[in-house]
Amino acid sequence: MTEFPRDAILVVVEPRASGELEKAAAGLFGAAAAVGTPIALVLASPGAGSAAAAEAAALGAARVLVAETPDPSVLGVPSVDALAAAVERVQPDAILISHSLNGRDLAGRYAARSRAAISADAIGVSRDDEGVVAHHSVYGGAYDVTSTSTFGAPVITVRQGSIEARAMAQPQASETLAVPRSGKPAARIDSFEEVVAATSRPELRGAAKVVAGGRGLGSEEQFALVEQLADALGAAVGASRAAVDAGYIPQSYQVGQTGASVSSQLYIALGISGAIQHRAGMQTAKTIVAINKDGDAPIFEIADFGVVGDIFKVVPQLISALEARKK
Amino acid sequence: MKIIVLVKEVPDTYGDRKLNLETGLADREASETVIDEIGERALELALTYADANEGTEVAVLSLAPKGATATIRKCLAMGAGSATHISDEALRGADLGLTAETLAAAIRRVEFDLVITGNVSTDGSGGMIPAMLAELLDVPLATGLSSVEISDGAVSGSRPVESGVQKVSANLPAVISITEALPGPRFPNFKGIMAAKKKPLEVLSLADLGITADNPDAARSIMLTVAEKPPRAAGVKIIDEGDAGEKLADFLVENRLA
Repeated sequence: MTEFPRDAILVVVEPRASGELEKAAAGLFGAAAAVGTPIALVLASPGAGSAAAAEAAALGAARVLVAETPDPSVLGVPSVDALAAAVERVQPDAILISHSLNGRDLAGRYAARSRAAISADAIGVSRDDEGVVAHHSVYGGAYDVTSTSTFGAPVITVRQGSIEARAMAQPQASETLAVPRSGKPAARIDSFEEVVAATSRPELRGAAKVVAGGRGLGSEEQFALVEQLADALGAAVGASRAAVDAGYIPQSYQVGQTGASVSSQLYIALGISGAIQHRAGMQTAKTIVAINKDGDAPIFEIADFGVVGDIFKVVPQLISALEARKK
Repeated sequence: MKIIVLVKEVPDTYGDRKLNLETGLADREASETVIDEIGERALELALTYADANEGTEVAVLSLAPKGATATIRKCLAMGAGSATHISDEALRGADLGLTAETLAAAIRRVEFDLVITGNVSTDGSGGMIPAMLAELLDVPLATGLSSVEISDGAVSGSRPVESGVQKVSANLPAVISITEALPGPRFPNFKGIMAAKKKPLEVLSLADLGITADNPDAARSIMLTVAEKPPRAAGVKIIDEGDAGEKLADFLVENRLA
């Protein structure tokens, strides 16, 4: 059995249905490389392991353990079994997993099984004399908190899109991981429908630029203005809860405490008053722009550039000005 | 069918929420507390099933400080048949591990068919309690469901993941969590509020559940530091005089954002 580095950080990644690794993978390896040697655990469907292992090495994994599930219709449990086997082998200082739905399930089940401590929804990691420390931004970015485990390797889930650092590519060194099956009861995946992106717009989570619309858009048809500005900037589309509740746009676009949290480079709020609930989901954006006809709207308290005006006049002018400057 | 619904009391997301900078714990005096809305939606799902299926028992379970009785009673007023409130000073600042062990011990005391929870709380944002419960209770888990069908002996639903939507199903007993795509809660009516006063509300301590908060065998997550971020300052604010779109374009270009 080959020894693993003493400062190993186990990074758990899974490929998307299309074959390439989940989008959060690059950030997970980037975070791991800053505090130790990234060792990947690739959770793949049958036959998908070797391509995913190559991608993991390119993203910075010094070693890759591949666990192909024998039955992809079993939800979750095979991943937990694989993680337990990988930790046993690697003896890592910390375990990094994406704070995605599947990642949260894996972290939770594994920690309950092994009695490990969880640091949830981290936006960064560091090391102190005792071990690996997780950094969190809580209550909508109002507080910075650090956490770690009383003993043993902490299981850290990392917020998607929160890590900018990237690791150096490594030569590929992968092996198949032997996974003892727990046989724990599991739900079944009866079918899967891939969602093919209908537009070339970036996804809301992890987007560098976001244009979001609120109740001020007035109707579902007029919400198209948000999409036009988003396309002019190459930005993702978001919405306030008021716009979602009014039926202008589906709930999956909601930014806020009960929707997506975004930390984009640019956040443009159109016709959004800026209730605390919404601000909690976007106030960590680097630059905030707000356009609202109500000069007293709370969104102006946090905007780097605020325009008191009619979005239906200002935004079309902005779009044509941006187009003119591109020429 | 016995359905257990987990509800959590949280600081209202529509108000200011504060952490105590010495203890790192939520400052419960600083904000209004409410039932986390996602938990109310979980309860609504259970009650809707109970409305259509006689003999369904809906029990609410909450781990919360002493003062949470009123919010738990609201669940009884909405229509839950009984409630269990786990309250113990030793749970102050409990991490996910201790929380899950405690909830699992309370659930194990009764025969259940289905545990329904929200997918993520608005305060902790951990979203892992359902998974931890499934592991500790040794039952199947289906999380993040945007639609749910409950039948005799099984539960199924849609589960949106990163690259698409899974249709999943599980035999009962099982643990599921739901998303905001499910319908919002009903309001308690007068009859419900009156009836709630007569419904059983059991209060349990850790000793009742045989749980020790400082179990040396379990690793716990501890907070090392907590700091408040300075509030964000407002920048430039202009009133449109017919050229705000141009000015904004300049701002974006200068800051390399366009």
